[in-house]
Amino acid sequence: MADTGVVEALLRRVEKVDDGVDSLEVATSLELDHQVIVGAVKSLQAVGDVISAELRSSKHWELTDEGREIAEHGSHEARVFGSIPVEGLPQSELMKLSFGKIGFSKAMSNKWIRLDKAHEGGPRIFRTVESIEDQVREKLLLLQKGNASQLEEKEKNELKKRKLLSEVTVKTYWIMKGNSFSTTVTKQETELTAEMITNGSWKEKKFKPYNFEAMGVAPDCGHLHPLMKVRTQFRQIFLEMGFTEMPTNNFIESSFWNFDSLFQPQQHPARDQHDTFFLSDPALAHDFPQDYLERVKKVHSEGGFGSQGYKYDWKIEEAKKNILRTHTTAVSARMLYKLAQQKFTPVKYFSIDRVFRNETLDATHLAEFHQIEGVVADYGLTLGDLMGVLHQFFTKLGLKKWVEVGNSGIFRPEMLLPMGLPEDVSVIAWGLSLERPTMIKYGINNIRELVGHKVNLQMVYDKCGWTDFTFRM
Amino acid sequence: MPTVGVKRDLLFKALGRTYTDEEFDELCFEFGLELDEITSEKEIISREQGDSKASGASDIILYKIDVPANRYDLLCLEGLVRGLQVFKNKLEAPRYRRVSPVNGEPQKLIITKETAAVRPFAVAAVLRNITFTQERYDSFIELQEKLHQNICRKRSLVAIGTHDLDTISGPFTYTAKAPGDICFRPLNQTKEYTATQLMSLYKTDSHLRHYLHIIEDKPVYPVIYDSNGIVLSMPPIINGDHSKITLKTKNVFIECTATDVTKAKIVLDMMVTMFSEYSVSVQHCFVLCPPDSESTEKIAQLLTRMCLRSRATGVGDEIEVEIPPTRSDVIHACDIMEDAAVAYGFNNITRTTPRTYTVAHQFPLNKLTELLRQDLAAAGFTEALNFALCSQEDIADKLGKKISETKAAHISNPKTAEFQVARTTLLPGLLKTIAANRKMPLPLKLFEISDVVLQDETKDVGARNSRRFCAVYYNKSPGFEVIHGLLDRTMQLLDVKSARGEGYHIQAADDPTFFPGRCAEIFVQGKSVGRLGVLHPDVINRFELTMPCSALEMDVEPFL
Repeated sequence: MADTGVVEALLRRVEKVDDGVDSLEVATSLELDHQVIVGAVKSLQAVGDVISAELRSSKHWELTDEGREIAEHGSHEARVFGSIPVEGLPQSELMKLSFGKIGFSKAMSNKWIRLDKAHEGGPRIFRTVESIEDQVREKLLLLQKGNASQLEEKEKNELKKRKLLSEVTVKTYWIMKGNSFSTTVTKQETELTAEMITNGSWKEKKFKPYNFEAMGVAPDCGHLHPLMKVRTQFRQIFLEMGFTEMPTNNFIESSFWNFDSLFQPQQHPARDQHDTFFLSDPALAHDFPQDYLERVKKVHSEGGFGSQGYKYDWKIEEAKKNILRTHTTAVSARMLYKLAQQKFTPVKYFSIDRVFRNETLDATHLAEFHQIEGVVADYGLTLGDLMGVLHQFFTKLGLKKWVEVGNSGIFRPEMLLPMGLPEDVSVIAWGLSLERPTMIKYGINNIRELVGHKVNLQMVYDKCGWTDFTFRM
Repeated sequence: MPTVGVKRDLLFKALGRTYTDEEFDELCFEFGLELDEITSEKEIISREQGDSKASGASDIILYKIDVPANRYDLLCLEGLVRGLQVFKNKLEAPRYRRVSPVNGEPQKLIITKETAAVRPFAVAAVLRNITFTQERYDSFIELQEKLHQNICRKRSLVAIGTHDLDTISGPFTYTAKAPGDICFRPLNQTKEYTATQLMSLYKTDSHLRHYLHIIEDKPVYPVIYDSNGIVLSMPPIINGDHSKITLKTKNVFIECTATDVTKAKIVLDMMVTMFSEYSVSVQHCFVLCPPDSESTEKIAQLLTRMCLRSRATGVGDEIEVEIPPTRSDVIHACDIMEDAAVAYGFNNITRTTPRTYTVAHQFPLNKLTELLRQDLAAAGFTEALNFALCSQEDIADKLGKKISETKAAHISNPKTAEFQVARTTLLPGLLKTIAANRKMPLPLKLFEISDVVLQDETKDVGARNSRRFCAVYYNKSPGFEVIHGLLDRTMQLLDVKSARGEGYHIQAADDPTFFPGRCAEIFVQGKSVGRLGVLHPDVINRFELTMPCSALEMDVEPFL
């Protein structure tokens, strides 16, 4: 609230006139700075309809510092003329004066003075006329008195060019009485207090309106990571569909379970040093189920179970090599093998966990990512069943372009039969990365903005919307 | 998945029509391929080396197509077009036939026993009356390169050599000799070199140096001579210049030397069949395939569209399928079924719901983790997600510990230091997250619940994961009481009371990661589960931080 004295003085001025007053005029008459009156107007506007104020802007001419100096002491050329006595003045003397240099050339071009270069004792200046008329000063004096209209535009622009005059825009208020005009203003309360409630004084008080355009204060809270929130959603979908979670807490896997058991040949590019992280310590795995290992070896090197096999020399040394698992399917293989050792019952399994690739990194590829995997094993499952399950899964997720986010298929007999699963059992499976759909959902282009320590925590705070994932059946 | 780049206009010309990008994408999808990218040489160079290098490069549109890893028959324009044309019923599935030369005996390649020490197998074939154009020639070279990179495992399993037959004369001899005894003028060189000289010459060759290791330390190197003693090639490194093929070449002698004879045969079949349309043909076997619900005739038709000539035998539901040499990927009846499904169209398959009845179970450790995460966020801490791989320095030196004490699993082939070990603690990741977010308002309160990896001899792979909970508080003052309070809250959530013996308690401990006198060990039922404390200023500095920081890290698994 502006100074109460100023506000009341302003209100008294407004009271006297019916068609309103100009804020600048009020400022002049009260001998106050215009901004003080503007402050008073604004605080009155906030109170309600006490006054009505209309913003007006006007342009007017104002003397510059140099212009004011000239209005007071005369133009430089007139001052040069005035300082030259009848007997003349040496040029060097004149140049010592503050206005000498500019005034000399102007006075010369006005032909008020002349220079005798050949004069004894150095160049000397003499008057050429008896008296002069200092028009520049007179014009500036007119302007200073507010009689700008008496000058032509051309003259004003001339003075502006000489930097003696500048045009300024002044914003003023035209102030009139409002509907609830009064010369006294009650102080407004900012907030309701416990005291007011106790003593009932809130009933008499007026309260300052809130600014509903402003944002509220952010709640002080922790946040879950966006990728982990999406993981929670995927877990939920699998659980709703009756899938049991596989224990995938084993990042280090043997090549045997990661590749050989899945009927991936030992020379497959994925088993290259450039694609897979191998371990130097612990370098090798041991304790393989011996009978199963022999069947795997045979199906690779000689075939069997209806397959011609890959016909190459399968080596146990290659199978023993420890790696960071390249897919969670290694765990699926362990689970299916375990399943085959009991009397077969149908299962539905899922997992979402980290996998590792020794790939070249770019905006969408990291050396590790999360793989989502679903597996169904039952008698007589068909491609139609796979398509049906996938459809249900992605419908629940709410992703329309699901074909591009993952892979799916039916496990090969060369993988399942050596495990000992019954011949008429099929296993359908699909997999996708967790990062890809999360990036699509949150509109993130660079995977480093989502995963790893370079993540921007502000993103973690902000990327939290649930729509897309939650509200679909 | 290998990616094949083909010039769009050439592809359309060969297919006999043009497609919009969307139509072609759709066609690829139906056929089981993926149109990965539409680009040009200019665009590729500009993206990889900058605009300045790209000026003057070709801006002919290229289609980059992802091909399944075992479909070697689709690795070149010719194979791709043939597959698509047959699929669209525009071409009959080709039947390849081996033919003898019109006059004279077939060519012979004699393998000597010396090769056993280095590269024991070789197969060969001749393509006769071929007509090369610049595009066909480029495609021929490109196919060799693709095969070398994929099935040939960068020439280690198989290496291909192609020669102008009219410049050499059979029979040919595949043998192995000491490097000093092999001397010839290699491809695109002006003088003769011994094999020893060649190996040092190619040490600096950006392309060939990658193959030197295959034979470098062997006592003898493989080499192929013609009957006049002219060197055809020194596989798997380089061919001789004498027999190089040109646009004018009419008859091509193709040799594949190998350490795996099955792969060598596949590669040779591929080279021959892909270019047989500009030349001659070969032939192979058949498998039986039990059909599903579709009629046997319909399935036979579908298979034929996939270049697998088929007919219903009339005996029950039996179908006889001819597998052409181009389809080395067919090794089981299920591969034939897959092709029948592709030809039928996956999108035409009726979706069904399996009747599999199951009850879902969560993995208990993950269930506990999910519950804890929610409540830790509710306690005002924000979840971070860091990499499971890191440098040795992160888990040892920076924390004031020795790498030998960490029980870390070490990676043998990391491309950078960031992937030297699997992390043994979650703390470095959280500290790095803070370092990357120093501009955020204080205090920073972060947590992570995730797995670390520790060596463990009792496991078949010699290591196990361990689920950890880690939290840090970073502010102008250490805030030990904040981290301690979080521990108390966590124990409350885990239903563990504050008490010695049955419950949990903390007691002073020494740990180089923490400031002396500001570290405590957490005990639950008398067993240590982790530590908390104020970090040592040296640790703070090594992670490029400037403020005090308190931290907590503990095992989650004991609470199951």
